[in-house]
Amino acid sequence: MSLYGKGLKPLSIATVVVLVGALALAAFYAPEDADQGIIQKTFYIHVPMAIVALCGFVAGGIFGILHLRTRDRSYDLKSYVAIHLSLILAVGVLITGSIWARGSWGSWWVWDEPMLVSFLIVFLLYATYQPLRFSIEDPERQARYASVFAIVAGSFVPLNFAAVRMAQSYVHPRTLGTTTGGMPGEMMLTFLVALAGMALLFVTLWKYEMAAKHARFQIKALRRRLTGDGGPTAGRSAAPQVTA
Amino acid sequence: MRHAVGALLRKDLRAELRTLESIPAMTLFAVTTFVLFHFGLDRNSLDGDLAGGVLWVTLLFAAVLGQNRLFVAEQEQGGFDGFLLAPVDRTALFVAKAIALFAFLVVVEVVAIPAFAILLLGPDLLDPLPGLIAVLLLADAGIAIVGTLVAGIAIRTRARDLIGPLLTLPLLVPVVLAASEATAPLLAEAGASGPPGRWLAILAIYDLTIGLVAYGVFDFLLED
Amino acid sequence: MIDGDGYVAAAYLVFLALILIYVGIMAVRLGRLERDLAELNELAEPREAAPREREPVA
Repeated sequence: MSLYGKGLKPLSIATVVVLVGALALAAFYAPEDADQGIIQKTFYIHVPMAIVALCGFVAGGIFGILHLRTRDRSYDLKSYVAIHLSLILAVGVLITGSIWARGSWGSWWVWDEPMLVSFLIVFLLYATYQPLRFSIEDPERQARYASVFAIVAGSFVPLNFAAVRMAQSYVHPRTLGTTTGGMPGEMMLTFLVALAGMALLFVTLWKYEMAAKHARFQIKALRRRLTGDGGPTAGRSAAPQVTA
Repeated sequence: MRHAVGALLRKDLRAELRTLESIPAMTLFAVTTFVLFHFGLDRNSLDGDLAGGVLWVTLLFAAVLGQNRLFVAEQEQGGFDGFLLAPVDRTALFVAKAIALFAFLVVVEVVAIPAFAILLLGPDLLDPLPGLIAVLLLADAGIAIVGTLVAGIAIRTRARDLIGPLLTLPLLVPVVLAASEATAPLLAEAGASGPPGRWLAILAIYDLTIGLVAYGVFDFLLED
Repeated sequence: MIDGDGYVAAAYLVFLALILIYVGIMAVRLGRLERDLAELNELAEPREAAPREREPVA
């Protein structure tokens, strides 16, 4: 029985410190961009969210591989939570990206930005993850098929990015790149701090959710031992059920 | 493994020839979609980017239609159980089905491309034909791989007809992207040029990557 | 630039909102867990009492 709550407190504190630090840096330290003006500052939220979400999706795929290889259902749970959190971040990427587009060019969407377009596709793909899980009743098969999906989708993500980038880079020069060519030191520092904060946030929330799910399973098992039944059965569910 | 693939493939092709379930439907669907595009876009002839886009979206949807029927026979008539009992590598089923889907797509295209040329395409198709065939083959491979994999996933779920397209379409965006980019110069009004090698390379890389992943992962779908 | 400040603030606020919504949902779930735990604790009490009663007889 692994304890996910361990280390959660120092992790949370670190997350808050780094995120607040990033915010302060973005507000007071980072210079205003010469071309884009103040709207460029959304960059410090939008891009770190994107990078962490992508890593989260790939991590979901890796957990999927581990699940299929070891048959340990806890890996399926880890995969589920990672994908779930990354999907939320992806929504954030799309919304902040849209705000940035509106602030820069006046329209709520631009097809020229490869990051935004790729995320739209990735979002549409991963949005099917929960419905897929929900449509398979047998929990063992649900976990297995979900892992297959996580692996396929996880390997698809880099392919998708490469393809979309290629389509854009020959038509429009990239304006909001993740590369740091030509970015002054202050911006770079702020960006890195924001990235670290976002990564910490992801890990903290991931542990948080794993701990909550585990607690729930323990309680269900405990109830079963005490009363002989598992409590009101929720019927079908999309979330993995690990018998503690 | 090759024997198993050969046997399965022969069975599927023979079944399709006898019942003619998928291919006529897919072809008819493609031609009908061309007509719809004529009305939807209100254009008599297309060329370049637009032609490429219309062609690929239509082929994609026709493929999704065919993909739904791919494992239906196995599911409904116990084919999966029979196959699992046989002492063959389980991935043989994936390979056989993917080749079958590829074959269906090729047959559909033999009719659909000329139909497209007649109904909607402005420029002449004869010169760019070899280039177009190269793009078609590469893209069809990707569509067949993804279609088979997703069909394998979807067939065992409750909402199988809905989950299939939902999974397939985002996964095939790179294929549509690359194929359209590759086809656009072929169908250009002012004299066709060859397909840009870059996009063919992307299609090839995609096919290879997704093929390897699907090959490695398909086994796990068949366990029960 | 169309009112740049407002948009930057909006972007950061969206991020904040997502976090707060997430924390809120987790808080609701925690509440449910605590309720269940309380219920189970109640169930456990008579069970602990009963074996202790029976022991002297055996």
